[in-house]
Amino acid sequence: MCTVLTVNDLNVYYGAIHAVKNVSFEVREGEVVTLIGANGAGKSTILKTVAGQLPARSGTVDFLGQPLGSIPPHKIVTRGLALVPEGRQIFQQLSVEENLEMGAFTRPKGESSGSMDEIYARFPRLYERRRQIAGTLSGGEQQMLAIGRALMSKPKLLMLDEPSMGLAPILVGQIFEIIRELNQNGTTILLVEQNAQMALSVAHRGYVLETGKVLLTGTGEDLLKDESVKRAYLGG
Amino acid sequence: MSVLNNLINGISLGSVYAIIALGYTMVYGIAKMLNFAHGDIIMVGAYVCFFATQSFGLPPLAGLLLAMVVCTVLGIVIERLAYKPLRQAPSLAVLITAIGVSYLLQNSALLLWKADPKVFPSFFEFSDPVTGQVKTGLTLFDGQVSIPYVALFTIVVCLVIMVALTLFTSKTKMGKAMRACSEDKGAATLMGIDVNFTISMTFAIGSALAAVAGLLLCSSYRSLMPTTGSLPGIKAFTAAVFGGIGSIPGAFLGGILLGIIEIFAKTINTDISDAVVFTVLIVVLLVKPSGLLGKVVHEKV
Repeated sequence: MCTVLTVNDLNVYYGAIHAVKNVSFEVREGEVVTLIGANGAGKSTILKTVAGQLPARSGTVDFLGQPLGSIPPHKIVTRGLALVPEGRQIFQQLSVEENLEMGAFTRPKGESSGSMDEIYARFPRLYERRRQIAGTLSGGEQQMLAIGRALMSKPKLLMLDEPSMGLAPILVGQIFEIIRELNQNGTTILLVEQNAQMALSVAHRGYVLETGKVLLTGTGEDLLKDESVKRAYLGG
Repeated sequence: MSVLNNLINGISLGSVYAIIALGYTMVYGIAKMLNFAHGDIIMVGAYVCFFATQSFGLPPLAGLLLAMVVCTVLGIVIERLAYKPLRQAPSLAVLITAIGVSYLLQNSALLLWKADPKVFPSFFEFSDPVTGQVKTGLTLFDGQVSIPYVALFTIVVCLVIMVALTLFTSKTKMGKAMRACSEDKGAATLMGIDVNFTISMTFAIGSALAAVAGLLLCSSYRSLMPTTGSLPGIKAFTAAVFGGIGSIPGAFLGGILLGIIEIFAKTINTDISDAVVFTVLIVVLLVKPSGLLGKVVHEKV
């Protein structure tokens, strides 16, 4: 199994705040890996740094054996890395279909139309609403659109930042079901979540972060059983 | 019949405002800044067209194309040198810079081309093949209504530009990417859209349109000097705000309405026509602060 993403000794600052401290982790092909931890643990910061939205102070990010550090942010998606950002950030004033087209911005049109059909097959609701302005979708539909939009670039690694945020419990279940299905169909996933229970139940491996540091790592199953994880993140 | 005359003249003047307003509104939509140097790009375009046709004997269409090329390059260079370094700066700093660029262009024109007004050539007159008379417009209803060719041409050009831009933003990948950038630059970057390139493109389109507006404006008023673009620029900015800044149909509607109001106000009293124009703006903004077709912007926190 080859390694898709290797993060080594990463340090990220917000001004004077040391948000990510010597963090190392890796994601291998076919895995779901999750970073869990409380608010402010640095999880989203790590994803944003990998996606090129924030600069790293030190450390390396290698994607498919190539360093990502010096690539301009808008080129990263062409390497096969897609991020579903926190808060979804869909284009509210564009139609559902236009949002998906933007997801395939870097691909030639003929090539991406097949992906659009696949996404409509997976998310029939998006097909029903394809001409609608995206801002009129419900929260769950917007999250589906954000995931669909990221998949339009045919990523080799899909990163999701708090996909369950702000969704009703029944929708959270649906979103995690989608994540599981995507992975079964071969998508490698890096998932950042505050909902540790759900995240660990779909993940092969997890990393527990606290105040910018990796505290603990293990398989999803082991971490679910771990007493300290239970106490701190699983409410028991 | 003079009402009809005034209406056509108003729509024609408004068409020029609308074309200029597009530059303001597109740049505002994407770069979130007010490019007050936009009016002076018009003046540069008009001078390029003037010298190309009068000193170098180029045909009017070639003069226009040359002016569009020069203005496009100028727009991109201004953005790159003056505005791009201020992308993260407070909007007040950008605004002051834009005003500075405006005066820089005006003063450079003063230095290069002097203050005395040039008589802009008339590209829109044709001699009647039978009588040999020079005609500058259509006359209808036994001469009660006369429509200058330049007014007709201006209106047609404005409509063509509107349709083309609407198709561009709604149908093409680049146009959609512009709309995506205008809404969320971070998400647009994640999609692989080069935000800096998109902003450059917007300045390029707006500046090329300013060159067209320069030719049309000077063909109507026949006079050209370094401050020629200044007042029309401010009025077109007013039109953009009036219609709803950031909105392309808003720029069109705002421009046309403003042109009509201005011409009718002139028939009542020439001295106060500008005051009437701006009073209307104030009233509209009091009633509907986002402009006629503007969207209510929810500030993200």
